[in-house]
Amino acid sequence: MSTGVAPRRVSNFVPRKRRGAELFLLVIALVVGVSAYALVGLGTEGKVPADIVEYGGGLVALGIICHIAVRIRAPYADPIILPSVMALNGIGLAMIRRIDIARVASDSSAHVYATQQLLWTVLSVICFVGTLIVVRDHRRLQAFTYTFGFAGIVLLLLPLTPGLGVDINGARIWIRFAGLSFQPGEIAKICLAIFFAGYLVMKRDALALAGRRFLGVDLPRGRDLGPIVLMWLVSLGILVFQRDLGSSLLFFGLFVVLLYVATERSSWLVVGALLFAAGTYAGYKAFAHVQERFDGWLHPFSNPDQYYQIIQGQYGLAWGGILGRGLGGGSPQITPYSWTDFIGTSLGEELGLTGLMAIILIYGLIVERGLRTALVCRDPFGKLLAVGLSVAMALQVFVVLGGVTKLIPLTGLTTPFLSYGGSSLIANWTMMALLLRISDHARRPVPELHLPSANEQTQVVRMR
Amino acid sequence: MNKPIRTLAIGCLVLFGLLLLNINYIQVFKAGELNARSDNHRAREAECSRKRGPILVDGQPVARSKASHDSLKYLRTYSHPELYAPVTGFFSCIYGTTAVERSENSILSGSDSSLFVSRIIDLFSDNQPVGGSVLLTINPAAQKAAYDGLKALPGRTRGAVVALDPKTGAILATVTTPSYNPNLIATHDANAAIKSYKQLSTSPGDVMLNRGTQQDYPPGSTFKLVVAAAALSNNYQPDSKVRGGTGIRLPGSNHILHNENGYDCGGNSITLTQALVVSCNVSFADLGLKLGATTIQDQAEKFGFNENLLDQLPSAISKFPTKLDPAETALSSIGQYDVKASPLQMAMVAAGIANGGAVMKPYVVQQLRSPDLAIIGDASPQPQVLHQAVSASVASELTQMMVDVVQSGTGSQAQIPGISVAGKTGTANSSKTKSPYAWMVAFAPADNPQVSVAVLIERTGVSRSDITGGGLAGPIAAAVMKAVINR
Repeated sequence: MSTGVAPRRVSNFVPRKRRGAELFLLVIALVVGVSAYALVGLGTEGKVPADIVEYGGGLVALGIICHIAVRIRAPYADPIILPSVMALNGIGLAMIRRIDIARVASDSSAHVYATQQLLWTVLSVICFVGTLIVVRDHRRLQAFTYTFGFAGIVLLLLPLTPGLGVDINGARIWIRFAGLSFQPGEIAKICLAIFFAGYLVMKRDALALAGRRFLGVDLPRGRDLGPIVLMWLVSLGILVFQRDLGSSLLFFGLFVVLLYVATERSSWLVVGALLFAAGTYAGYKAFAHVQERFDGWLHPFSNPDQYYQIIQGQYGLAWGGILGRGLGGGSPQITPYSWTDFIGTSLGEELGLTGLMAIILIYGLIVERGLRTALVCRDPFGKLLAVGLSVAMALQVFVVLGGVTKLIPLTGLTTPFLSYGGSSLIANWTMMALLLRISDHARRPVPELHLPSANEQTQVVRMR
Repeated sequence: MNKPIRTLAIGCLVLFGLLLLNINYIQVFKAGELNARSDNHRAREAECSRKRGPILVDGQPVARSKASHDSLKYLRTYSHPELYAPVTGFFSCIYGTTAVERSENSILSGSDSSLFVSRIIDLFSDNQPVGGSVLLTINPAAQKAAYDGLKALPGRTRGAVVALDPKTGAILATVTTPSYNPNLIATHDANAAIKSYKQLSTSPGDVMLNRGTQQDYPPGSTFKLVVAAAALSNNYQPDSKVRGGTGIRLPGSNHILHNENGYDCGGNSITLTQALVVSCNVSFADLGLKLGATTIQDQAEKFGFNENLLDQLPSAISKFPTKLDPAETALSSIGQYDVKASPLQMAMVAAGIANGGAVMKPYVVQQLRSPDLAIIGDASPQPQVLHQAVSASVASELTQMMVDVVQSGTGSQAQIPGISVAGKTGTANSSKTKSPYAWMVAFAPADNPQVSVAVLIERTGVSRSDITGGGLAGPIAAAVMKAVINR
């Protein structure tokens, strides 16, 4: 494969643009977003919000801008990802607005998040369009593999810089600069996904070499364990110094999965799982904050004051039931951080099981489209990057939604596109732009090639 | 690299599948439990601001929601608070619910699935959902007679009365003293409610404990009915000769078990009827040894021991211990050692004998109605036989023996002029320092039983030597039965 002969057909995939389908789905997504906003007004104040035209118009404009950008810059890109993202973003905005209204009702000086989130959405769309324009071919990113790796590490370390980093709720994952707070870890996620993909494309042959066979699994050679152990230590570092269980798990999981895909060796999953188990156990033994998370997961009602948040999340879900209380009909604001980490249970309360399942399915759809992009992608770097972006999304959704719904111990991660938070929103939109860039390339008709016959010498084809 | 990607896709499917399963579990299966938790503000606040259905006794509300002109809109009000507190329980925005307010909460609050249609109508007509009503099986005259009887005793009497309809198992009265005023906890004045709750839950005499169903006590001599039932079911006749005399040595020890006051029960060999009439400890300890612990245990369990009897009120499981040695068997046969019975359980023993041997499953809810007064489910519950404790012939033999107890034995205080009463007294020792428990279980009329009753007096302001089951509890049992029969 490294010799660069592009297979003529990866699957029986027929290249089609499907931009019309995207526009149709986008209209549905925008209807969902704008009507959610209208329902928030109806549910809380009994009338359609006065600024529905401005708000709705703005959201529609953002959607159309994205669509036009994709139509021009990535005409063959997957048609489902953008509408899915737009729908989630619209629902998130409406929910944040709804919680704002409840919080302002009980304390008129409470901070309002929805307006800011709208601003972040605009910036995100700018980043989305910008990425599509600047990154004309994803394979160019491969040339900057180590630059991205370095940038990722620096971004991860930034919050630890004295004077710049700030502690929020015990986790040191924020920086405050010129009055704005930012979570550099979210951007680091993109950098590291690119770095992992580029690095593993280069090293995968060596890493794929099998060492000893044990219990039916080909274990990797000892000397090849270096990168995974290093990544493990970085993850433990995040856990120890930043007290950020979620990011730690996300980065390590992402690396292990990409290692597995790059080498096609499931033994890496075994090694990764063992290291993860060891890290979790050591973390559990050594750190009270990890123990608390486990305790709150297993026995939240043993200490209702300490585990108030997770209990309120459960109550919110239960109160929502199957059909939900309707936007404005529940009391999601009771749960602390109901507009960020716990927006999942807020949505479960007001949109019910039905709504929350729909939201999870939308995430599932994005991940599925991302993995499909990886499947049809013709170059290994693009494949790995598409897998990385999709799996990062899948892991993050699982960790945060699983955490707030008490499926797994709670970790602090944002819910992509839904949670309030600029860094998360911008990072996730940018990730989607990269995914669309790869997808556009992957779904494009294969350039007509002179097919090498058996007795001809292999040709090197430059795709750039 | 496509194979791992496909595997990965399956992995992601599993992760998302777990998320979906988990929220289904929480939002559907676990939702009821979570919403019922007393510290769930969402559910509590919604319940508090909803028009809750009334709890009715004989058509009259004993608990209802009145418009309250404050932010919570409706105040739960109890019309005869102390009298009905053990049945209604309380409804509080802070402390949740107890007793029928809890067990029938879904109907009362209007959230029950059988009220789904009326909820949909409320939704479209923009009405606040309202709850359905719960009609209790309580007979107000019997309830009042029981409560007045306990209150008439001197001192702050701790006692309980449970009356049943032997044919159906319907609970006609369940009274406990000292009782409490649920209005004090239901009040919307949060500080007052908290203060009252703390005061009531720590006050001496456990006022929020329903002694009739929730607490069990040594049944003492009333348990001899169970042993007699076992004997009659095992080839004994009412006139079979059993051991009498003043005492019996407990096997494996030097301890001699005596009769009350050293009485000899009227001879060294007496009839089974005589033994029951004079409540002869020696006879029943000996019978227990002869029948064996397992036989007694089986018989006790057929009357409802060792199982949960009632879901609609907080209830204790009455216990007959297993794996007894002979000395323990002898003591258990006179209702001592580790035998424990709630007054409800002893009322069921009497009711089973009254009902031809069939012990009915007790219940306290007669009828449920939706807010528009349509009956939900059956107009009245289908009576359920819990166990056939003894055969009809044994039941009628036992009835005759119990009639003799009231006519010429320890239970004479339970007589009702013109009506044949069957009964059994009991005076159970708890410890040397505490005064004994006085019991009376009875039913009437003996030939066509309409009511069975168990009266327990745990502690009252009477000197220790004056405490006997017949003397203290008998008149109360008679009054309750009279109230039911004269209706």
